[in-house]
Amino acid sequence: MTKTDDHAETVTQVTVTIDGTDVTVDDGDTILDACNAHGVDTPTICYAENLTPVNVCRVCVVEVEGNRTLVPSCSRPVEEGMEIQTDSERVRHSRKMVLEFLGSGVDLSQATEINEYSARYGADLSRYGDDRQVIDEPILIQDELYIRDYDKCVLCYQCVSACGDDAQHTFAISVAGRGFDNRISTEFDAALPDSACVYCGNCVAVCPTGALQFKSEFDLRQADNWREEDQTVTTTVCSYCGVGCNLELHVQDNEIVKVTSPVDHSVTHGNLCIKGRFGYTYVGN
Amino acid sequence: MHRGLVADLKLTVDTSTSDERAAVDAVISPDDHAVIHETERLVRGGTERRRDRRHLLLPGLHALQATAGWISPGGMNYLCAALQVPPAEAFGVASFYELFRTDDPGHDQSVHHVCMDTSCHIAGAEEFAQQLESEGKQVHRGPCLGQCERAPARFVQGRNEPDHVPADVPDELFVLPQRAADPDVELRLLQRLGVVDPTSLSSYREHGGYVALARAVEIGPQAVIDAVRAAGLSGRGGAAFPTAIKWQGVADEQGRPKHVIANADESEPGTFKDRHLMEHDPFSLIEGLTLAGLATGAENGWIYIRGEYPLATRRLANAIEQCRTAGLLGADVLGSGHRFDIELRRGAGAYICGEETALMESMAGFRGEPRNKPPFPSTHGLFGEPTAVNNPETLLNALVIVEHGPESFRRVGTEQSPGTRLFCLSGHVATPGVYEVPMGTTLGAVIDLAGGATGTTRAILMGGAAGSFIGADQLDMPLTQGDTRERGTTLGSGVITLFDDSVDFTSLVLRIAEFFKGESCGQCVPCRVGVVRQHEVLVEMSANGGALRNDRNTLIDDMAVAMADASICGLGHTASGAVQSAIRLGLIGSAT
Repeated sequence: MTKTDDHAETVTQVTVTIDGTDVTVDDGDTILDACNAHGVDTPTICYAENLTPVNVCRVCVVEVEGNRTLVPSCSRPVEEGMEIQTDSERVRHSRKMVLEFLGSGVDLSQATEINEYSARYGADLSRYGDDRQVIDEPILIQDELYIRDYDKCVLCYQCVSACGDDAQHTFAISVAGRGFDNRISTEFDAALPDSACVYCGNCVAVCPTGALQFKSEFDLRQADNWREEDQTVTTTVCSYCGVGCNLELHVQDNEIVKVTSPVDHSVTHGNLCIKGRFGYTYVGN
Repeated sequence: MHRGLVADLKLTVDTSTSDERAAVDAVISPDDHAVIHETERLVRGGTERRRDRRHLLLPGLHALQATAGWISPGGMNYLCAALQVPPAEAFGVASFYELFRTDDPGHDQSVHHVCMDTSCHIAGAEEFAQQLESEGKQVHRGPCLGQCERAPARFVQGRNEPDHVPADVPDELFVLPQRAADPDVELRLLQRLGVVDPTSLSSYREHGGYVALARAVEIGPQAVIDAVRAAGLSGRGGAAFPTAIKWQGVADEQGRPKHVIANADESEPGTFKDRHLMEHDPFSLIEGLTLAGLATGAENGWIYIRGEYPLATRRLANAIEQCRTAGLLGADVLGSGHRFDIELRRGAGAYICGEETALMESMAGFRGEPRNKPPFPSTHGLFGEPTAVNNPETLLNALVIVEHGPESFRRVGTEQSPGTRLFCLSGHVATPGVYEVPMGTTLGAVIDLAGGATGTTRAILMGGAAGSFIGADQLDMPLTQGDTRERGTTLGSGVITLFDDSVDFTSLVLRIAEFFKGESCGQCVPCRVGVVRQHEVLVEMSANGGALRNDRNTLIDDMAVAMADASICGLGHTASGAVQSAIRLGLIGSAT
């Protein structure tokens, strides 16, 4: 039976056990949906509610009775009678190791949420050698709108999905290379202005670590003047065309420093175009 | 994901050469193009057509690489325009494979790939590579080339000459070691090797070819699957999944195009059995795959063969052509009314593409990254359609079962592991090669068949890099799934590599760790980073005179658990097995 939000009575329900407690959720929901609906806090990195799950970070893994390995909760649909453990020793161990692995190779200084997970699971970076391989690349500043700092990239694929078939259908970037050498890249590392990029900024909006940043934010951070606690967020409607995208104007010191859109907005799902995202300078003129 | 929705292509300004255009045109005809004119974008069937043609990306990249020695920006633009593939995605695919370069090599010579893994490692691979370099050749040190019986191995990626393997011998000189030792030996899977003319369909038929398929046509698809089930056939590629369950799953799917794939991307270090089958008895794989197509109701057959097997590729291409001409492939196979044809696809150097879901991604023109399962290939396989993926040896077994019946098949082997099995013996053994023995034959007996160990065996690597080391005290182990599992090791893809007491195990295991570091696709965190950190611990150990500190041993175990538990696919699950077993056996870790 298909799930239709408008006719709740047609939705089939399934019952699963999460950490010993029976919970009932809609058929077709993922284990993560079930956890979220029942207050079981589950760490996620590569998951975003406006993107198709790619289940690559593996920090959301849980133990499901009858499965040889752990399963990614973000993409695995619930099945009737599933017995799920979200906080077993096995689960905690793999989550801790994933967080250690990420922290040991990538600059997570601006990844607040990941750092909270690392503290929660006791990730211990001191046991990795000092001369270990880390991602070490120059920051790419090729235009006035974005910067790309791949030292911070955890390869969560979210920017690729947002640029590709989950939102923008521009396909300007892809994962290139293999293994630890994987990088998010345009064709032959072409500069962004020469690539297919249309500067919608939807990749930046989904980046969980600050590897992709709006230039405005990057410049303020460089000047040590990025003060999120002092910023106000004003919601408005984009004035450029008739679609009616909601804009969230992030304002610091009476200047717009960033524009986002709510992920749960029925029109944008968090996505904007170049005009809504960057066409705000006239406001200050 | 909604793959295939149309992208606005934006190509860079780089232009292709006439050679590059000719190379692409040779594998992608104008009819295959997703567009006719730029002004009439996608007029031929629109986005559907673009989706349908994406699988030609890999052949197109092969053509560019062979012509120019690399995938140049201009050449790739031409290919991307023909297939309407976004260039960033095509670059992501091209940069994934060992046999493709995305930077200008700066020379126009052939590239000599030298294997650095297990059997070749102990046979002087590094010295061999240096010797080739001193001769002025372009050398690329890389992973296993599937020629372990003639280590150190080399594969020549041709430039202005075809790809080839210098060690390949003319057919008349090929002798199956097992038959050389015992001319009267009764073989099932290897029965035609060295006997049949591998280039001739009529020779194949003279030696019993197509009897099994005729029988299958007579008894019908369900009876074929029932026979395979009754025979208890399990997959020979490593995972040992029951073949009948796989086939039944696809057979039960109705209303969508279906596929059967022969997974000939044999890349596990130490494995070379499928290469032997395909080089010396290629028609049997065509017949076996056709049988699978008939049983499952699939009309589309594919052989994904590793790119480093040029002779087997030529043999299979020739066999497919002859079978088409003879009506054994095409609209009416053997007069059965069943339509079935086979496309041959070359891999481009990626161990991970032997994983069935990665293989299907690769074949469809995407990066060879494994998918999370479920859903399984029987419902969501190639192009999201029902698919059965089988190892060549498995398909040959199915022919034997259909021709002679399940009871006859079960006459050898054990109750739980019936039939025969191919083993690839290499390393410190007198006559390396492929040997066929009944399941349940002891390890010692198989080694004796290959002339015995050449030195004092210190350890045996079972199942390849993804397997584990065992000691020489395990020679009494019966070779079955159950017995190997009980003793904490694996049959895997039939790899048995012997190492005598002269071997520097620190260096050997370090190389195994390096292999995984080079072959992880990098998609999931546990494997992408885990294989690198594991390698670093072994580098440090090596620098410390071979001593492994306790905290480092703990770290290896911690990483191994996470890789086995949380990785997406079998590569991550098994990437620590050899390392951990080497530590357990005392082969590495204690200072010398």
